[in-house]
Formats: sequence, C-alpha cells, structure tokens
Amino acid sequence: MPHIVIIGNGISGITAARHIRKRSDARITVISGESEHFFSRTALMYVYMGHMRHIDIKPYEDHFWAKNRIELKHAWVQQVDAEKKHVKLQDGKTVDYDKLIIATGSASNKFGWPGQDLPGVQGLYSLQDLEAMELNTKGITRAVIVGGGLIGVEMAEMLHSRNIPVTLLVRETIFWGGVLPNEEAGLIGRHIIENGIVLRMGTEMKEILPCANGRVCAVVTRTGEEIACQFVGLTAGVHPNIAWLKDSTAIKTDKGVLVNEFLETNMPDICAIGDCAQFHEHPDLQRKNIEQVWYTGRMMGETVAKTVTGERTAYRPGHWFNSAKFFDLEYQTYGWVRHELQPGEEGHYWEHTNGKVALHLVWDQKSRVLHGVNSIGLRLRHEVFDRWLEAKATVDHVVAHLEEAAFDPEFYEKMEPLIRMSFKQAKTVTA
Amino acid sequence: MSKTDHSLSIADQHSGVLDGVQKGALTLASLGVLGLIVSLPFSTIPQPAIWLALSLSAIVAGTLWYAHHSYANKPAGIKNNGVWHSGLTTRGIAAWVVGILLTGLYILLYFYPEYLGQAAEGEQNKGLIALFDPLAQLLHGGPASQWFMYGTLYTVSILAMGYKFILKYRNNKYQIVRTISVMFFQLGFAFLLPELLARLSLPYNDFKNMWPLNYSFFDEWNVKGLIDAGGFGLFMLLFGVAMIFVISPILTYFYGKRWYCSWVCGCGGLAETAGDPFRQLSDKSTKAWKMERWIIHTVLVFAVVMTVALVYSYLGDSAKGFWVTRGMLLGIIGLALGSVATVVLVRPGMVKEVNNTIRFLALGLLVAIIGLTVHAYITGRGDVFFVESYPLRKWYGFFIGAIFSGVIGVGFYPLMGSRVWCRFGCPMAAILGMQQRFFSRFRITTNGGQCISCGNCSTYCEMGIDVRSYAQRGENIVRSSCVGCGICAAVCPRGVLKLESRSSAGGKVQDRVSSDPIAIGKTGATLR
Ligand SMILES: Cc1cc2nc3c(=O)[nH]c(=O)nc-3n(C[C@H](O)[C@H](O)[C@H](O)COP(=O)(O)OP(=O)(O)OC[C@H]3O[C@@H](n4cnc5c(N)ncnc54)[C@H](O)[C@@H]3O)c2cc1C
Ligand code: SF4
Ligand code: SF4
Repeated sequence: MPHIVIIGNGISGITAARHIRKRSDARITVISGESEHFFSRTALMYVYMGHMRHIDIKPYEDHFWAKNRIELKHAWVQQVDAEKKHVKLQDGKTVDYDKLIIATGSASNKFGWPGQDLPGVQGLYSLQDLEAMELNTKGITRAVIVGGGLIGVEMAEMLHSRNIPVTLLVRETIFWGGVLPNEEAGLIGRHIIENGIVLRMGTEMKEILPCANGRVCAVVTRTGEEIACQFVGLTAGVHPNIAWLKDSTAIKTDKGVLVNEFLETNMPDICAIGDCAQFHEHPDLQRKNIEQVWYTGRMMGETVAKTVTGERTAYRPGHWFNSAKFFDLEYQTYGWVRHELQPGEEGHYWEHTNGKVALHLVWDQKSRVLHGVNSIGLRLRHEVFDRWLEAKATVDHVVAHLEEAAFDPEFYEKMEPLIRMSFKQAKTVTA
Repeated sequence: MSKTDHSLSIADQHSGVLDGVQKGALTLASLGVLGLIVSLPFSTIPQPAIWLALSLSAIVAGTLWYAHHSYANKPAGIKNNGVWHSGLTTRGIAAWVVGILLTGLYILLYFYPEYLGQAAEGEQNKGLIALFDPLAQLLHGGPASQWFMYGTLYTVSILAMGYKFILKYRNNKYQIVRTISVMFFQLGFAFLLPELLARLSLPYNDFKNMWPLNYSFFDEWNVKGLIDAGGFGLFMLLFGVAMIFVISPILTYFYGKRWYCSWVCGCGGLAETAGDPFRQLSDKSTKAWKMERWIIHTVLVFAVVMTVALVYSYLGDSAKGFWVTRGMLLGIIGLALGSVATVVLVRPGMVKEVNNTIRFLALGLLVAIIGLTVHAYITGRGDVFFVESYPLRKWYGFFIGAIFSGVIGVGFYPLMGSRVWCRFGCPMAAILGMQQRFFSRFRITTNGGQCISCGNCSTYCEMGIDVRSYAQRGENIVRSSCVGCGICAAVCPRGVLKLESRSSAGGKVQDRVSSDPIAIGKTGATLR
C-alpha cells in the first residue's frame, strides 16, 4: 500500500485527501502545523465577530478522519528530502512517503515598512493571527488597516463589529482597483463608508510608529500625516508559503512551488497544489500563474487526487467564478469582467436606484459573446452562467433569459425587467 | 502634525455587550414582567385592567424599543455579532436563569395552576389569572383561565418578538412575509377567533391546529361537542379531518412542510420569533440527527396508537352517533397506514432513497396493523392494542403534551435551542417531514461551486441540520426536518442556498436529492 503524504490541511490538501480516499486504499497522512483539524480559513472573521465558535468552522466532525482512514499529524515540516523520499519534521522525526503533495498555502505580505514587526501590528491569515488579533484589539480606540482588498474589508468588518473605529488605507484611488471596474468599486466603497469605516483612498503608508511602551502608536502616510492608533492590520495581499522549503533545494521554486499543468513539480512523486503552487504556464492563459482562492485550491485538490492515484489528469478549472461579501453586499462573478474593458470588449453596467444592487455584463463587441458578469446584491445561478459561457451565448441571449439564472430568495424584487430595460435603452443610445 | 479622524461609526452592533439604551429598554420590559409577577400573592386585584395594560405595555414597549434601537438605524443586513460572546445566547448564567424561570412557569401552568391564581370550580380567580379577567370578559364574556392567560402572553411574545425579528432580517423579504404570516395566524386563528367562537357559544376551535399536534382533536368530548354544535361544528370537524388528509398533504407537496411549520404553526411561531436568539444552540452532530429520528418517530407511533385506541374505545359497533363504526375505523386506518408502508416498501424509484431502518419499520408497521385489525375484528375487544386507552391518553398528555412540548420545548429554549419540540417531539412535524422527504417538490438548492464551507448555514439552522455538509458538495438539501425557515439561505455570505418549490426537471425525489451538475470544469470533475 503506497503512502501518500500531504503537507497542509487547508482546503486543497484536505480535498486531495478525501478524493484519494474515494479512489484508493492508499495510506494517507496529512501533516499540518497550524491546527489539528481542517477548518474554513474563509470563516475566520466570523469567529472574531462572535457569529461562530472555532468548532463551527470545522467542516467535518472530528470522527470523520479516523472513519475515512485519513491520518492526521499536527506538526511542522522543515524539509523535504526528495532523494530519500521522506519529510523531516521540526522535532527531528522523519516521515517516509511514496507520493508527496505540498499544499502549504500562503503567508501575509509585508513590504519592509518600518515598524511592521511592532506588537499590535499583524496580518490575518492563520488561527494564530486570529488569536493575536483577539489580544491586540482588547480595549483599543482606533485601528488602521493597510490594504484595500478582500481581507482588508473583512478585518474592517471584524473590528467594526466590536465598535472599534477603523481607518482603511487604500493605495489605489478606488476600492479593490485592479480587480473591480470603477462602478462596482465605487458602489462598494460607498457601502463601506456608510457602515462607518473611514475609507482613505490614494493613501499609502510610510511607516508605523511605536509608543513609549513599545507597542504601535500611530501610522504615518506618504504625505506625512499621522494617524494615531493602537492596532495596525496589514492586509496588502499574500504570497505562497514556501519559506520552509529553502533547504529543500531539489524542488524548483519561484514565487511558489513550480508545477506543470498536472500539478507535478520537477521532482518525481511530488506535486504541489493550492495557494503555494505556481504554474510555469497556466493551462488557462486568462488566469494568473498563482491562484489564491478557495475554489481553485479545491479543484486542484480534486485533480491531483486523480494524478496520484494513477489517472494523470491536467488541471482544467473551467470558467472562472468567485464571490465575496463586503459588509452587507454580496458579490458574485462568472467569467471575466476585468477592471477595465479589454480591446474589442463592450460592457453594460446597471445599478438599482437603491444603490445596493448592480449587474455588470461584458461581451465581445463583434460576436456579442458574453465574457463575464459581475453582480452585487443579486444572486446568480452558477450552473446557468457556466452553461452560457460554455455555449458561448451572446449577451442578448443572456439578457433575454436572465430569469433562468435568478437565485435570489422568494418574494425578492425582480431585477430582470429593470436590467433588461436599462440594457435596451443603452443599446439604442449607442446605435 | 497629528490628526485623528473621527469614525462615522454609529454602530454598537453589540458584541455581547449592551449599551445604555438597550439596558434601559430591557429594564422596562423586565418591569412589565415584574408587574405580572407581583400580582401573584393578591387574592383580589385592584384595577386589574389597568394593571394588566400597564404591565403588558411595558413588556411590549421595552421589546420594541430594544429592537428599534438595536437594528433600525443600522444598515439593513443580518448581524449575528457577539452571539457567541453573550451568556444569554450561549448557555451562560443568564440563559440558565431564563431557562429555569420559563420551565417553572410551564410547570405551574400545567400542574399547579392554582398557584397562578386559577380558581377552583365556582370561585373567583386570584392573582395573575385574575389580572386577565377583564380581557377575557371583553373577548369571550367569561372569566380568564390559566390557558387564556398563557394564550395572551404567548400571542404578545410572538407579536413583539416578531417585530424584532422583522427588523433584524429586514433585508430579506422572505423573512418579512413569513413572520407577518406567523404573527397573523397566532393573533387571528389561535387567539382571537376561538375566543369569538366561544362568545358565540360555538365550540372553541383553532382551525390551524391539526391532529396530531392537537392530540385532543379526536377526544370523545371534542368530537361529540362538534357534532352536537350543528352545522358549523360539523364543518369544523370535517375541516379538521380534511386538513389532515387532504389540505395538508397538498400544501406540503407544493411547498414543503414550511407552509405549516414556519408560516402558520403557533409552536413554530414562538420558536421563530421569541426563540430566534437561541437558534444556534441546536445540536448539529450526526449523533443528534440519529436520536432525532428515533425519538420523533416514536412519539408519532405513540400518538397514532393512542388516538386509534381512544377513538376505538368510544366508537360502537353500530354507526350511531359518530357515523363510523369500530370496523370502519380499523379499515380506514389499516388502509391509510398500510398504503404508506406499501409505497415505502415497493415503490421502486424510492427504494434507493429509503434505508433499511425505514424499510424494517414500514414492514413492522404493515404486519402490526394487519395483525391487530384481524385480531380486534375476531375478538371484538374494546381495547384494540391490548392497552386501556384512557391511561394511554393520560400518559401522552402528561409526557408529550405537557412535559415535552411545553416544559422542555419552550422552557429549554436558552439551553437547547428553539426547536427542540419541533425537531425531536412533534408528531405533526414527523408526518409532514415524511411527506416532505418523499412526496414534495420542496428542496434547498445549492449554487454550483460557490460554497466556502464557512458554516454559517449549519450554525444558524434551528433544526440542527448540517446544511454545510450538503452545500460544500454541491448537493441539494432534502431533509424531513427542514422547516423552511430560510435562515440558512439568509445568512449564507456567498449566496449559495435557495429554497425552491418549483417543479424540478423530473419532479422525482432523485432529481431533488442529487445535485445540480457542479459547474467546475470541463473534465467533469465533481465536488463530492
Ligand atoms: C481571512 C481570509 C479570508 C479569505 N476569504 C476568501 C474567500 O472569501 N474566497 C476565496 O476564494 N478565498 C478566500 N481566502 C483565500 C483562501 O482561504 C485560500 O486561497 C485557501 O485557504 C488556500 O488553501 P490552501 O489549502 O492552499 O492553503 P491553506 O489554507 O493556507 O492551508 C495550508 C496549511 O498548511 C500549513 N503549513 C504551511 N507550511 C507548513 C509546514 N511547513 N509544515 C506543516 N504545515 C504547514 C499551514 O499552516 C496551513 O494550515 C481567504 C483567506 C483569508 C486569510
Ligand atoms: S435547513 Fe435552512 S430552511 Fe431548513 S430549517 Fe435549517 S435553516 Fe431553516
Ligand atoms: S453559509 Fe453558504 S458558504 Fe457558508 S457553508 Fe453554508 S452554504 Fe457554504
């Protein structure tokens, strides 16, 4: 019976383990340092906010693992010896493997700001970060968050839930610029402000100042402005967590562990998946070579399970989709809506007069084939949009059949007629 | 140059900590409750109408004020902030205090109403119950009883906490409509209409309260009373029977059991409104699910056996008085249960769905029914199940009617969550649940691959359904216990869940249960 070892019990590692078990009787060991059991990283915020306990964000009951013969080892791996085919743990012990899957996720970015390691300054990625945040935010009167991405807003919402005033510094001039088109970014920005967050666009942090007690005291911006605070959240993105691989030189890395489309590294019997993997060239050229989302980690886990159980399978993630929530606004996306129209693209943005619901369609000007959709405050059916994208449906077809994709709860205001009307009117204007 | 910016934060979306206004509002409501309690030792109440009005107003005003302050000025959106930080909602000391008080109230209500002031035959009410006399006079023209008092407080709770619920969930129209519905049915059908019927000297009847939840519906005095009341009484009797055998199955087929459990039912109404702060306390483990299935179906069997035995015992061999003879009763019951059991056993499409336990139960049921019918027919005994029906009825009333549905069902809200009775005990829920599982269009669909396994849905499912375990596999949720409250869909941060009752492609159970093909890749990879 081959022994498959997986490093990292996040969504990618655990999905791999589950699917390997479905497909084979191999011995499976998952080694992970952060926690004994798999938990949902995306739900960390809800624990701080008191919506759930830690036990509630564990997607499987603790007896699940033994029942499915997935051995769990709560330890940090220090090194991979690809020659001897074993991994070395921090306590010096080794674990032999026949096949190894590296799924060690990400780590928060720090850009060498002065003061970034002061007490009271932290990122939010791990359980340990969450515990630190609990301590670091006790009794404070202002927090500053640096970085206007998803985790930045989540952190703002977390602090806000405990009545801690928050200033959110965003380097770009709009919220989540570079990902969201101006219209959506504006709408979400307004919503964040409405919730009582001080949103400072176009503001970059220069340094973090300590108090006499050695803890963080203030943040200084590029323009020299000083914002007093007792907590600084650093949420300027993440990078693959591969620092621990520095002594395992046989495995080729760049920013992440380099893999081919089969998720195989340069070494035989070693694969890498999830946030820590980097494609030489992504099988889907529209995508980045490093994908740091929950869904892609899950798909890679499922794909690699096939490969290591003998059915070598290329990673084919299908049509892009994603979702998020900014305070009370839900956001979903299918296909590609870039932050600005690409050459040859045309788009239509509709926003409800209440300023809380919006839909953005982007399509190819010539063929009118839909490229993607962003929706805010409007739930759309994944399966239907996936089908439309696959069939290269035109935007006209999509707009005419929007009801098929409706996923809002019963009794909600029907948005489709409004969207259709706005789409028609816009068309007559350009024609 | 130092500058501090001032947050625009209006928020005190309490993280388990109450602000001044919230404390004030709760104090007002508590004073109202105190106002009721201090009436207990009085043997005559001076100005009971004013006293009651003041107390109830304080309770209602305090609750509305609390709700308004906590939710109305904040952006619409569900905020369960601090739920797991507050003792009241996490089985802390406050929860135990409330739990013990509630339990105590139920014990007095059911077993020692005299301590609440309930008068003995021919005497005047005292204390708390006397407080309700003027209102009772006004509504049905007689003195109050402990049940009148209870009904009033129950209705007030649903209305006041319903308002809070609506504010909290006001971004979700399904929740608003549903809550207005339970408030309406409680006030109109459970509270006012029966009182007015009494005033018109018609039999007291809550139209929406069906057997077997209303386990006394087939009691001799009730059936006799309805028959003797002439045309309207007969209508009530027939309506009650039609509810059980025709109306309810049809509605459940189209909409799932939610049409009753979270839109109409009074127990559900209280759970959804007053019980909302405790919904997260339901146990989600697979062990609890297993216990649930055993307990609730045992209660159902108990209820059916008890009722059949009871009715059998007062029916005669001739049709005199009730149109139905013992033989006919056995025939009808045998046919009904027998056909259910047979369908479960033989309907080929469904067999995959039905596990062995259910199959054994169905087989057992079939054999037992046939055996008993034959036996009773041959011997002509008055006790169809070899047990005396009246003690059976008494035990049922005591253990199920009083202890389970009342003392535990509501008294334990702060300890075991708001739907303990509905989940583990209610025989009505068991019947509707079977229909929902096997003969209904209702299901909760999941949105492709969008689930992030966060757990909000499972945590806030009052029925203890591990919704996430389905959602993260992209599988529809078709569970007999789901009351369709829609909260899982409302709290899901990724828009993954949708309650649906339009007909699915094939309309067959399999289509409802198996997932939509998960849209994740051309390789046809799935998320299971
Ligand atoms: C706060 C937050 C919110 C997010 N929200 C979303 C969202 O809404 N939607 C979305 O798509 N994505 C979201 N993400 C991103 C998403 O969580 C990640 O993409 C995903 O969790 C990555 O999964 P993974 O399995 O690759 O790695 P991880 O989940 O990071 O798991 C890797 C595990 O390996 C362990 N490990 C690392 N090194 C070692 C070692 N040397 N030895 C032993 N163990 C090791 C780590 O401790 C960790 O437990 C969010 C991330 C964060 C932090
Ligand atoms: S599954 Fe959802 S709709 Fe059903 S009872 Fe639970 S929370 Fe309510
Ligand atoms: S709340 Fe939504 S995203 Fe979270 S586990 Fe449930 S279905 Fe998945």
